[in-house]
Amino acid sequence: MSISINNNVLTLEGEFTKESVPALEAELSKLNKSASTAGISMIDLGGIHRIDSAGVSFLDGIHQRLGEKAGILLFKGARADVQAVIDTFSTINLPVIEAQREMGFFEKLGDDTIKAYQAIVEGLTLASEIMYYSAVGILSRKGQRKGSTIQQAALLGSQALPIVALLSFIIGFILSLQSGVQLKNFGAGVFLADLLAITMVREMGPLITSIIVAGRSGSAIASEIATMQVTEELDALRMMALHPIRFVVVPKFHAITFVMPLLVMFSILVAELGGAMIAVLMLDTSVETFVSRSIEILSLKDIIISFGKSIWFAWVIVVIGSYYGFQVKGGAEGVGKATTAAVVSSIFAVILFDAVFSLLYL
Amino acid sequence: MTSSLVTKTPVIEIKDLQAKYGNLTILDGISVDIHPGEITVILGGSGCGKTTLLKNMLRLYEPTAGSVKFWGEETLGMSENEFYEVLKKTGMLFQNGALLNSISVYENISIPLEMHTSLSQDVIDRIIRVKLNLVGLGNAIYKLPSELSGGMKKRASLARALALDPEILFCDEPSAGLDPVTSEALDNLILNLKHQLKMTIVIVTHELASIHRIADKIIFLDGGKMLFNGTLDEARGARIPQIDHFFEVGKF
Repeated sequence: MSISINNNVLTLEGEFTKESVPALEAELSKLNKSASTAGISMIDLGGIHRIDSAGVSFLDGIHQRLGEKAGILLFKGARADVQAVIDTFSTINLPVIEAQREMGFFEKLGDDTIKAYQAIVEGLTLASEIMYYSAVGILSRKGQRKGSTIQQAALLGSQALPIVALLSFIIGFILSLQSGVQLKNFGAGVFLADLLAITMVREMGPLITSIIVAGRSGSAIASEIATMQVTEELDALRMMALHPIRFVVVPKFHAITFVMPLLVMFSILVAELGGAMIAVLMLDTSVETFVSRSIEILSLKDIIISFGKSIWFAWVIVVIGSYYGFQVKGGAEGVGKATTAAVVSSIFAVILFDAVFSLLYL
Repeated sequence: MTSSLVTKTPVIEIKDLQAKYGNLTILDGISVDIHPGEITVILGGSGCGKTTLLKNMLRLYEPTAGSVKFWGEETLGMSENEFYEVLKKTGMLFQNGALLNSISVYENISIPLEMHTSLSQDVIDRIIRVKLNLVGLGNAIYKLPSELSGGMKKRASLARALALDPEILFCDEPSAGLDPVTSEALDNLILNLKHQLKMTIVIVTHELASIHRIADKIIFLDGGKMLFNGTLDEARGARIPQIDHFFEVGKF
């Protein structure tokens, strides 16, 4: 294969395929530098015996570059089979479509702000709808399947017990171990019970449980609703004159409102167990002292806060999960994205609300 | 392209191909030669093993027994890297497009070009535009796959399959789910590829209209067995009840 210039004729010979084109491009740029390509008025294609779309694109590149300089450019004598390929793959007359302009920084900022605002409005609308239909749903079970709440309660609640138990025990154990060492230094080992009871009931119990439930059930809710959206199941429900929120979300909402406080209670008890182990084995406190101190230190306010938090977090998880589920776009890939977004946002929201609660009701 | 054209030896030779899924035999003793520059249509009812045959000959599923030769070379025992060299000379249009969802149509088509050639950006750019234009999607170049309809995805996938100018093109149900006009345009494109570029094309389909338009040879499968292999006219004359029924029912 070669490129040569004689008497203003550019002669191309050999194979013009995707394998040889890179070398030809290098050769051409060399020619461009040494000889004058400005005067070329004809390109001789007679010597080309094989060409593919890469070769045609290369020729078109030459054509357009030289054509601009020389004005008129003639092609001479390609073999019939080569000409057929050139005709098929010619890019000369293709319209050039501009890529969409990238947004500037401030444009993007404004765009994101508007989107965030819209998302908040949509999220709150959805939340209020869920609240409304859930309140209505307590009195009338219309639009819900029989047994769906109990089924959801089992799914969201009892099946989460093992993981909640394991993590709560470990956290109770570690908290006690770390603070036990410090307390022992001051001879205040007996206060471990107070410390753990307050920490678990007011903070860690609801927080750990909510994070586990957000990961386990928040993702499940988001992916279930997103899948239903993508596969037109939600449309099918609407066509059967069933409200998707009533049919899909309300049972989950009721179930999680019911099971979350129980899970939190369970988590606190298991964590206390871990703490008691440290108290007895490391700090020589008796079990009776540990239990009685734990109970005495807790006020009614602590318990109400604990329950209030757990229910609030549960609602946050359901609403965020459903929000991302209903918002899903673009097929199977969208489901994955919705699920991830739901888990990340609900964990974020849970921790944020926990901080707000702690500041408000110290 | 030329070497396989001059000599009329088959580009793909399949001998006694067998595929099993557990104890279930899906393909049983398939032997076919696919000749260069011809459009071979694999047809048969749903679930007869059409797609399975295609995927087994391309080792997307590993066949349990038999032999598949591309350009006279046995591929079933090949190492992964050796087989990639064979695959680079083929292209496949998948049933649902199988575009990479996270990147634009443009990038989908540029992937094989960037990975397997050292062409300049200008040439790659032109190739992408011309291939998309061939399938009638010139305007969708910067769109994401999720913004395309099913038929458009399929055509974008065809453009990607054509990116490297394959010598053999495999199409899994190219016209299923397309409107008749688009479907005909696609058939014309396939015919054009055959006539202008002497491409060898293997198509799985059960659209009769499209079979009549494009098929040089047909392979008729039924229950995992090959009932017939030959031209369309031979198929009509063969008096095989399943084939006659297939063509009879499909008439309109």
